[in-house]
Amino acid sequence: MMNLCMAMVTGDRLVRLAPVDLVIVVFYFVLVLAIGFYLKGRSNTGEDFFLAGREMTAWIAGLSFLSANLGALELMGWAAASYQYGILAAHWYWIGAIPAMLFLGLVMMPFYYISKTHSVPGYLKLRFGESSRALSAICFGFMTVLMSGINMYAMALVMKVVLGWDINFSIWVSSLTVAVYVTLGGLRSAIFNEVLQFILIWAGALVIPVMGLIEAGGWKALQLKVAANASVEYTHLWSTLGSFKDNPMGIHWTGIVFGLGFVISFAYWTTDFLVVQRVLAAKDLRAAKMAPIIGAAFKMFVPFIVILPGLLGLAVLPMKLTGEAVAVATGGHSYNEVLPLMLARYCGPGLLGLGITALIAGFMSGMAGNVSAFSTVWTYDIYKALIKKTATDAHYVLMGRWSTILGVLISIGTAYLVMSFLSIMDYVQALFSFFVAPLFGTVILGMLWKRATAAGGFWGLLAGTVSSVGMWAWVKIDPTALRYVALSSDAKDMAENMYRGLWSWIICVVVTVAVSMVTKPKPESELVGLVYGATVIPTEAQVPLYHKPAFWAVIVAIVFIALNVMFW
Amino acid sequence: MRADGTISIWFFIGVSLLVNGVLIFGAGLYQISHPPAIKVVLYDLHASVWWGAVLAIVGAIYCICYNPARA
Repeated sequence: MMNLCMAMVTGDRLVRLAPVDLVIVVFYFVLVLAIGFYLKGRSNTGEDFFLAGREMTAWIAGLSFLSANLGALELMGWAAASYQYGILAAHWYWIGAIPAMLFLGLVMMPFYYISKTHSVPGYLKLRFGESSRALSAICFGFMTVLMSGINMYAMALVMKVVLGWDINFSIWVSSLTVAVYVTLGGLRSAIFNEVLQFILIWAGALVIPVMGLIEAGGWKALQLKVAANASVEYTHLWSTLGSFKDNPMGIHWTGIVFGLGFVISFAYWTTDFLVVQRVLAAKDLRAAKMAPIIGAAFKMFVPFIVILPGLLGLAVLPMKLTGEAVAVATGGHSYNEVLPLMLARYCGPGLLGLGITALIAGFMSGMAGNVSAFSTVWTYDIYKALIKKTATDAHYVLMGRWSTILGVLISIGTAYLVMSFLSIMDYVQALFSFFVAPLFGTVILGMLWKRATAAGGFWGLLAGTVSSVGMWAWVKIDPTALRYVALSSDAKDMAENMYRGLWSWIICVVVTVAVSMVTKPKPESELVGLVYGATVIPTEAQVPLYHKPAFWAVIVAIVFIALNVMFW
Repeated sequence: MRADGTISIWFFIGVSLLVNGVLIFGAGLYQISHPPAIKVVLYDLHASVWWGAVLAIVGAIYCICYNPARA
């Protein structure tokens, strides 16, 4: 039997689509646009447009919550990371997500939901005042459209490499499609399409691990092949983390547990408005608490379609994949191509089209998440708060539609900017991480500590962000500083990010506490609905056990622990 | 159809899975009758046929259960 992935590397593309594949891709575009047009009439008020009428069930909000994060670059990037670093990449799906998602559902969601805020910066305004909101909203809005543009460019590049499509064609067709359905139907349309995209991602990607495991001869045989082709450490999750030098990622368990598992993960999953917005659209508090728990349950199994294909690539692909620079110099394939290579290996006409549709769906769900979050933060936390404070609801909805289009256009502009200055990509990824870790420090103290003051919140957030930028610049200027920032000169980029996040969070918390202790707190009457101890959380005593979010969170936690032990 | 008169998202998902499943199943059958010169790895398992059938069946079930006409 001939290896298709070798045969399909023809000319300037990795795979060639058959007519049936194109029909599947075109049908997908038609369907998402149809959903946008169908929902157009149901997004006339601010509550409808920005919060989907707050009527999403726990399942829809939960799947949307996960789908907004499950972008194509996420799929391809982590498959590449698992080829490069082995099963360690699964930490970003397990300890780097599950505890934080459960914490969001059980502890933080009541405050977000009961306060009736439209956004995370909106919560900061209620808890700490206008200055904290303005700082977080401007940083978030700026970074969101930048990230969206970078993802757009990267995806167009993937389409060029995999399918030979023109970069301009990919950028404009996919981004305008997103612009149309989000502008028409607002968050409701984004959420509906994200749920559809989530199902398509699984439908398109599930074939790879199933076929791969059949070819490899099961998990045990896969482990032996990976050990022979790479190293035995590639299939162990924890046992190699005792030393920076013992694992392919150059990271210590403290970085994974405290940097990733605590700060980075909690920061992203509990304060990044891109994902939190989906849960705010839940129909009631119980649905809002259940949504992240449902998301966590599905998140645990995403490594099956992302990490496993990377490991299978190590075991069964006949060629050795390399870094991007080496691949370009030698005409070989890079780590980033492992998922398309595996797709081409097992998927004939039809299945290939569904797999490509899954990648496009992943890209569009990520982009829709970015632009809908940008639109809300721009309209409520920047435009309404700082520019036009009094206007009708219809005016703000119109502004929301225009800012969606504007967000897409800025994203497209960023994509072309990145095309000219590729190094921007590294910087913006880092820039985004500067803000998220300290934001978590500010929000968590605001929710759990009544004594935290407005001045404490603002200066803590600012100090954490500035110190994060400072540490990043320090290592850029003097690479030997890595041994201080990341505790080891052997630390790789990912390890550095973990420790930088941890330090900036600690600095934010210390400054917030110190400033709060010397400034005057708000009276408790003003903290009702915002802070633990000053808020009455509706009791669930009369609810059957199987309807309680805490019950399902315990089930998810048990499975999470079991998975970590199984792959220790 | 939902109580508020809108079509459920699960119906749209059903349509998507049904159409994709039928297309993939059909492509798989065509490949059996006209084997390609270059075959994918594990071609003999005919993944397109069984996976297309699974998607089509699941999609059909969703289309029926969430059919807007079943108000």
